[in-house]
Amino acid sequence: MNLPSLRIEKRLSSPRWLPAASLTVGLLLALVTVAVIFATLGVDPLTAFQRIFRGGFGSFYGLQETVTKSIPLMLAGVGLTLAFRGRMYNIGAEGQFMIGAIFATGIVRLFPTWPGFLLLPAMFVGGFLGGALWASIPALLKTRFRVDETLTSLMLVYVAYEAVKFLVYGPWRGSDTRGFPITDEFPAAAHIPILPGTRVHYVTLLLAIAAAILVYLLLTRTKLGYEIRVTGENPEAARYAGMDYRKVALLVMLISGGLAGLAGMGEVAGIHFRLRPPEALSPGYGFTAIIVAWLARLNPLAAMLTAFLLGGLLVGGDAIQIALNLPAATVQIFNGVILLFVIASELFNQYRLRLER
Amino acid sequence: MTSAKPEHTLAVALRGIVKRFPGVTANDRANLEVRRGEIHALLGENGAGKTSLMNVLYGIYHPDEGEIWVKGRRVTIHSPHDAITLGIGMIHQQFRLVQTHTVLENVILGLRERFFFPEQSARPRILALAEKYGLKVDPDARIWQLSAGEQQRVEILKALYRGVEILIMDEPTSMLTPGEALELLHILRRMTAEGLTVIFITHKLEEVMEVSDRVTVMRAGKSIATLETAQTNVRELAQLMVGRDVLFRLEKKAVTPGAPVLKVENLNVVSDKGLPAVVNLSLEVRAGEILGIAGVSGNGQRELVEAIAGLRPVSGGKILFQGEDVTQTPPRMRIERGIGFVPGERWMALIPSMSVAENMILKNYARPPIGRKVFLDAEAVATHADTLIREYAISTPNRQTPIKRLSGGNIQRALLAREMTERPALLLVAQPTSGLDVGATETIWNLLLEERARGAAVLLISDDLKEAMALSDRLAVLFEGQIMGEFTAQTMDLEKIGLMMAGALRQPTAEPTAGEPA
Repeated sequence: MNLPSLRIEKRLSSPRWLPAASLTVGLLLALVTVAVIFATLGVDPLTAFQRIFRGGFGSFYGLQETVTKSIPLMLAGVGLTLAFRGRMYNIGAEGQFMIGAIFATGIVRLFPTWPGFLLLPAMFVGGFLGGALWASIPALLKTRFRVDETLTSLMLVYVAYEAVKFLVYGPWRGSDTRGFPITDEFPAAAHIPILPGTRVHYVTLLLAIAAAILVYLLLTRTKLGYEIRVTGENPEAARYAGMDYRKVALLVMLISGGLAGLAGMGEVAGIHFRLRPPEALSPGYGFTAIIVAWLARLNPLAAMLTAFLLGGLLVGGDAIQIALNLPAATVQIFNGVILLFVIASELFNQYRLRLER
Repeated sequence: MTSAKPEHTLAVALRGIVKRFPGVTANDRANLEVRRGEIHALLGENGAGKTSLMNVLYGIYHPDEGEIWVKGRRVTIHSPHDAITLGIGMIHQQFRLVQTHTVLENVILGLRERFFFPEQSARPRILALAEKYGLKVDPDARIWQLSAGEQQRVEILKALYRGVEILIMDEPTSMLTPGEALELLHILRRMTAEGLTVIFITHKLEEVMEVSDRVTVMRAGKSIATLETAQTNVRELAQLMVGRDVLFRLEKKAVTPGAPVLKVENLNVVSDKGLPAVVNLSLEVRAGEILGIAGVSGNGQRELVEAIAGLRPVSGGKILFQGEDVTQTPPRMRIERGIGFVPGERWMALIPSMSVAENMILKNYARPPIGRKVFLDAEAVATHADTLIREYAISTPNRQTPIKRLSGGNIQRALLAREMTERPALLLVAQPTSGLDVGATETIWNLLLEERARGAAVLLISDDLKEAMALSDRLAVLFEGQIMGEFTAQTMDLEKIGLMMAGALRQPTAEPTAGEPA
């Protein structure tokens, strides 16, 4: 009865530096946790961290790979900052990515003879529309029938995976692929230009940067952005002010889904030049984008930076898999631990712990 | 403990309890003595400190000062778990039951006696307890299938199963139908006959008279008096509860009311629970007039104003604004036509984390000069905020400060400023000064009187009778969704109002504006 006990209390006020501090502490604790995991795998944590860092950022090759991988993360992550700001918990960016890839491929198949200046824009539009269409399903279910979008958007990821598999194993399997489940290579007109000496498909990168800036302006400068923020922060106040919740919910889902779809288009037309099975197209970009968005504290401009960091983590993770002979899931554990700690640290912005006698 | 003769031994004694929250003193040296085996009513207006005092006894709050005695021993109670160990149970207004579990599972949930669910041993004990106290409820029914009255019986069973001897009930009849309330009173009688003690928090005078043995009246955090119920009456209790000493008058300019701005005809609205909250209600507010709605909260006030603001569907009747039927008009259109709304729950109308400036544009962001075609005009937003801060003397470091950092009085002033600057033809205001200190209250009152002088029709909802009487040109008393009677500033009678608030009196011939059900 007189043992000391921890109580969680709501903070009455919170200092300005608190969010940054809790995020930092959260990240440090995440690193400590990962270090423990490395140690149990028999790997010196400091060596592992060093290798990851050097793998991702320590060489030209590493850097250009990091930038390459940050492109889909940035597109999808920026979209998610918008969705989460509007309180639509879209965790199905991975599925929207896949449908975007399918639509882009479909356009190549429909108009294989179009010149690049027509075909590529058409593919970008198609990718965006595909992702938006996929995201509209959970959005409509939410606004019409109040079905939880977290669940539906996640479940649709697996439907999208199967759709890609169906196409590459079935009707879209290429004629010159020696039995591999892939489509034929896209005509050259459907290849996104690449920075020489790298794998960076810079058109998509520029689009991603533009998307970050546009989403930022949308959120901070426009009437619609104001409605999104009010709806996200206090849905009751939005209703009180006569805002249309359905419009906001649908729009943020369409835009975030569309940007994830663009990411999928970028991968098929900038990296693979064909549609491939889902696990070959994405190491979970759509899921990692959730971390990109949260780590950026839902600021689309900051998401450019966090996409770059997590891109580096993916590359560095690949490096230690090979160098230290670690299982492929190591990086996913790393990602998962970071997300867990970042989200948990949010709690301390509003609550504090108090020790009582 | 087994007591030989419970008479005149105290089950609970609270002495000099002080509980402070930032900016408010919820309990100010409050005392309470409850005898073993009695039903003790704790009576007071909203915010009088009843629930807070009981939360102290139940270990949810820790008193800043004061002593707690239970069954003759001085104790410190750290948590509800401690309280239960001492034989004290509490049933909150909102039941704490797992909706998808059965009655039996809910009763034994959380008990630490055994690792496995003690279902087999629990069943006969629950059935025996239910039989003994007349708590009719099926142990295998799931909670969501039960009515509010049945759920309450499950809560009582939970307490009894834990060996509770002193049961605190917070507003136990507020969710019940009259029939269920009557049944509850019978159950409580049986419990005290068996030697249990009941503390009954209420603001309904009739209930006190009907059920309690003794009553303690609370006002402004203090315990005012403890009386034998048999030796008091509704009138005396009403006076003690409201406190007539502090009634003061404001400088009120004479304004001749103009044309009717709002007309409500035979309005029916249901609550979130689907129960009738507003019943065949009719009223009228004219330009340059404040119509006050007095009443204990939870009698349909919230539903009434929300229906007028367009935030709650109407199940019958009509709302006319400036002669036009707006019953089906969406909220945005009503705002644009000139209906302002300051809700009782402030955070329904503000975004705590957003800046003062962004909160000030919530109603006018969509139209010039603030909102252009696509973009918000940042300069206009800033000017708008600075103007309001200056004109309404809102004390804030600057317009970028998150509004939640302002003091309660300034938050309320900002909210009123935003609504008033729209120059609405009709201003709906609920609980404008709840939780504010005297100075802030005065400013808010004067702002409302300015609106009246400007020619706005003001519909004022207030739990605070002093406020309703001081500001209103006409005052209607609301009880269970109906207007019990209406007074003008000249005919206001505290006693009658108090009785009407408790549902004990109804004006036989109401004025035409407060018409009888059609």
